[in-house]
Amino acid sequence: MSTQPIIVSGSPHVHSDRTSKKLMYDVIIALLPAFLVSIYVFGISALIVTSVAITSCILFEYVIQKYLLKTSVTITDGSALLTGILLAFNLPSNLPIWMVIVGGLVAIGIAKLSFGGLGFNIFNPALVGRVFLLVSFPVQMTMWPTAIENNTTVIDAVTGATSLGVIKEGLQYGETMTEISSRIPSTISMLLGFTGGSLGEMPALALLLGGLYLIIRKVISWHIPVVMLTTMAVMTGIFWFLDPQHYANPIIHILSGGAILGAFYMATDLVTSPMTKKGMVIFAIGIGVITVVIRLFGAYPEGVSFAILIMNAFVPLINKYFKPRRFGSKIKAKIV
Amino acid sequence: MLKTFPKGGIHPPENKLTSTKGIKKMPVPKMVYVPISQHIGIPAEIIVNVKDNVEIGQVIAKSGGFVSSNVHSPVAGVVTKLDKVIDTSGYKKQCIVIRTDAKNESNFEDISYSLKKDITMAPKDILQRINDYGIVGLGGATFPSHVKLSLKEGTVLDHLIINGVECEPYLTADHRLMIEKAEEILVGIKILMFALHVDKAIIGIENNKKDAIDIFKKLTKNENGIKVAALQVKYPQGGEKQLVRALLNREVPKNGLPLDVGVIVHNVGTIYAIYQAIQHNKPLTERVVTVTGKQLKNASNYWVKIGTPISDLINEVGGLPEGTRKIVNGGPMMGKAIKNLDVPVTKGTSGILVISEDEASRGEPKNCIRCGECIYVCPMGLEPHLLMNLSEKGMYEKASSEDIMTCIECGSCSYVCPSNRPLLDYIRFGKNIVKKLNSAKN
Amino acid sequence: MTDSIIYSVLLLTSLGIMAAIILYVVSKKFYVYENPLIAEIEDILPAANCGGCGSPGCKAFAEKLVNSEDISVLFCPVGGNAVMKLVSEVLGKEVLEKDPTVAVLRCQGACDVRPKTTEYQGPKSCVISSLIYSGETDCQYGCLGDGDCVAVCKFDAMYMDEATGLPVIISDKCTSCGACVEACPRDIIEMRPKNKRDLKIFVGCLNEDKAGIAKRACEVACIGCSKCLDVCPKDAISIENNLAYIDPAICTLCRKCVEVCPTHSIIETNFPPKKDKKVEPKVEVLVESEKIKTDA
Repeated sequence: MSTQPIIVSGSPHVHSDRTSKKLMYDVIIALLPAFLVSIYVFGISALIVTSVAITSCILFEYVIQKYLLKTSVTITDGSALLTGILLAFNLPSNLPIWMVIVGGLVAIGIAKLSFGGLGFNIFNPALVGRVFLLVSFPVQMTMWPTAIENNTTVIDAVTGATSLGVIKEGLQYGETMTEISSRIPSTISMLLGFTGGSLGEMPALALLLGGLYLIIRKVISWHIPVVMLTTMAVMTGIFWFLDPQHYANPIIHILSGGAILGAFYMATDLVTSPMTKKGMVIFAIGIGVITVVIRLFGAYPEGVSFAILIMNAFVPLINKYFKPRRFGSKIKAKIV
Repeated sequence: MLKTFPKGGIHPPENKLTSTKGIKKMPVPKMVYVPISQHIGIPAEIIVNVKDNVEIGQVIAKSGGFVSSNVHSPVAGVVTKLDKVIDTSGYKKQCIVIRTDAKNESNFEDISYSLKKDITMAPKDILQRINDYGIVGLGGATFPSHVKLSLKEGTVLDHLIINGVECEPYLTADHRLMIEKAEEILVGIKILMFALHVDKAIIGIENNKKDAIDIFKKLTKNENGIKVAALQVKYPQGGEKQLVRALLNREVPKNGLPLDVGVIVHNVGTIYAIYQAIQHNKPLTERVVTVTGKQLKNASNYWVKIGTPISDLINEVGGLPEGTRKIVNGGPMMGKAIKNLDVPVTKGTSGILVISEDEASRGEPKNCIRCGECIYVCPMGLEPHLLMNLSEKGMYEKASSEDIMTCIECGSCSYVCPSNRPLLDYIRFGKNIVKKLNSAKN
Repeated sequence: MTDSIIYSVLLLTSLGIMAAIILYVVSKKFYVYENPLIAEIEDILPAANCGGCGSPGCKAFAEKLVNSEDISVLFCPVGGNAVMKLVSEVLGKEVLEKDPTVAVLRCQGACDVRPKTTEYQGPKSCVISSLIYSGETDCQYGCLGDGDCVAVCKFDAMYMDEATGLPVIISDKCTSCGACVEACPRDIIEMRPKNKRDLKIFVGCLNEDKAGIAKRACEVACIGCSKCLDVCPKDAISIENNLAYIDPAICTLCRKCVEVCPTHSIIETNFPPKKDKKVEPKVEVLVESEKIKTDA
């Protein structure tokens, strides 16, 4: 027998090979196709913003944990890396570098570590970072480089608003949807991602692909994305059906802005979403409704990030009231 | 679509390494250490003295109450000591130590009983004998069988369920028993049906034991009332409540028993023991034990005398392999790690599992990332992450109202947790305190 | 510009006045009468809220003291006789004087004398590991070493000694609140009278196994040899289940038993080294008053 003493521990004595690290890296893998499209569309600036966001998130986590909190450093678990990528995906690719760093500090320092680190944060760190930047620097945060499709080459010189911004502005000036529609990209280019918008929120198809991968790998369940997008489609559909000249159609709503990125990657964040399927459905409906309300009636053209953050705040409540059904709690008819 | 229970469950790697290995007879050990508490309930009372001669099957410790069970001598020999020996619980417990009489032929004669089909005893006598012959649930819970079988006046019972699920990875004791003693088990089922006046019985077997399913399908072709049901492979289907839900779509009420929905569940091993007791007058003194592990050379299934030290079993399969770090009594999901090899085999030992370093070590626990995986896999519809937190923070009242006591300790939550959190350890601890608080209240 | 300053000052002032009025009215309207004695007693109590008296916190204990007729059964272990005397003066009720007690650790099974035969993996908590098995060593009575007692001590009177793997009680800080006694699943910690200058003699072992088994598991285990029993002039020592126990009520601290114990499992604390005998060169420095002396 070996010289080492035998181990005694409580059951179970086997463990699945799923680890939180693997979950994080699965999400990162899922984000890769969208990232590649983004680099293709926005060029080197997308790469720079993303690497700055990642570096600052990891660095802030290291510095704060090591010198401020004096706890063990957890930068290797992949969560800071993921926060960095998601933060970058929510920023315009031409944002000044120092703003990206500020975003990283807010995301990691305020939204994550001040709540107690991974697992204790109430709000999605990347979104907190984004929203902080959005309300602090609204001009820089809403001037996106517009990708223009020119046969094969893509030029990223012109800056402008996203399709949602164009629609909002147009409607405010009393234009009808038919007039506006010529200025917004076609459905195909929205699917492929050749539109203006934050770094990683436009390539709808690539994001869907990644989302599918996550659902197949069982990292996320289908409930949140499907219910959230359906809610948005139904709500915008009703308005569009009633008045197609003043409301954009559901396809534009779902494919533009952060709807898909939000549905598959931000709202499904394990830490800040409800834990039961029932709760997830309620959560997703809430996000869908708030998003549509902000988009149609609010001051901002886009509302996904606000909607997710608002619903994040309700998660503890949802977890409390939407519990799994206890086995044997309802006695069925006894014997046939 | 095969039947199964709807909520929760996991599918760990099956690792049924010994499913094709026939049950061998374990050589009679030189010494046996027979604990007096091999069942749930009151320990039995010792009725032999040191230096007494005992025969095989002689009662050496008498049932200490209703929820208790007789203990019989597994060998013929001399009582050498009444000592305390570490058992599966990890603590020293009272044992009767018997030295096997090497000259006594009854220790070594190999009686192969011929199948005896006719039931000649009256129902009342059958139940009495199950009580007298020390039969307990051999699936692992070791609940005295006669307690399960004594029905109160007015109880409605319409199904007998035979648990041949064996959902624990690695273990194949029940599987082999079903293949080798199928006809005997069938007679055992009929005995119980006769004694309980039930006319329907279902044998539930998971679909990874197709050979056993085929054998029983063939045997029960002309049987009225006895059915075989193939079940989807899912842990913990062998849990009584999950099995009843899977087979009959009846949900045992919270804190209730299968009897509340008109069902009695028995393990195939128990059924075989009942057959032996009724038809061949043989008390429960041996059982099938799977000795297994990925590194073991001759992993196999054995007929083992109760009280045999586990070291004897390990020697029989070629000794402990290099790098062994954990020895588990039972399966990897619910079995208990033992402290040393002197621990004896008891009525509840369904397997001995030898685990190496890389499998034995637990990962470092990390923060809960609230992925909800423990909630999805919990077959009882509980929230393990919450129960762990409440237990850790000492909020036992709240834990109690969150149904901590309905936890069946299947370990699915700890198995899936991506952060390696010791969920079940804390829940077990919480349950223990809540149990104490509840009994203090009453 | 000045307008806005005046307006904001006015606004804030009026808000403040309004809030003050509301607070005043509410505090008058919802005033609850409380016996002033309770507050007075609470002031006397040490405000440790340790629960050592059996009440959940000092406030609850103060209420109990004020409301009960007979308070002789009630005692604040933290404040001791001094506090109870003050309480009795305020309330005019009889209190019982108690000898001050202190927690002692009845296990000396350090890593070097009690070898570990298994390795426990799981939550670092004595209660949890005790549910799983009898512990990493072969002694199923001794300290599990996961520090549940240290975690519950509210007075920083305990710490884990890394070298021995055992908790150490700092006598001077111990208030004998009893939290550690409650927390220990093995009942290793006992409250014993503090005596003069904190002199104590007790058996530092709880092993009930037979001599050979006990000795094999731990070099300093009590083997129940009854040598101490024979030498004790006052019959203070009893042996039950292979284990000696010194009754503090009878013991006169004569130290005879300490010398005869073959396994050194009887502990003496704070005694001056004996002069007539050669003092071993390796005597441990008595940093903590509770440090176990490896007497020759």
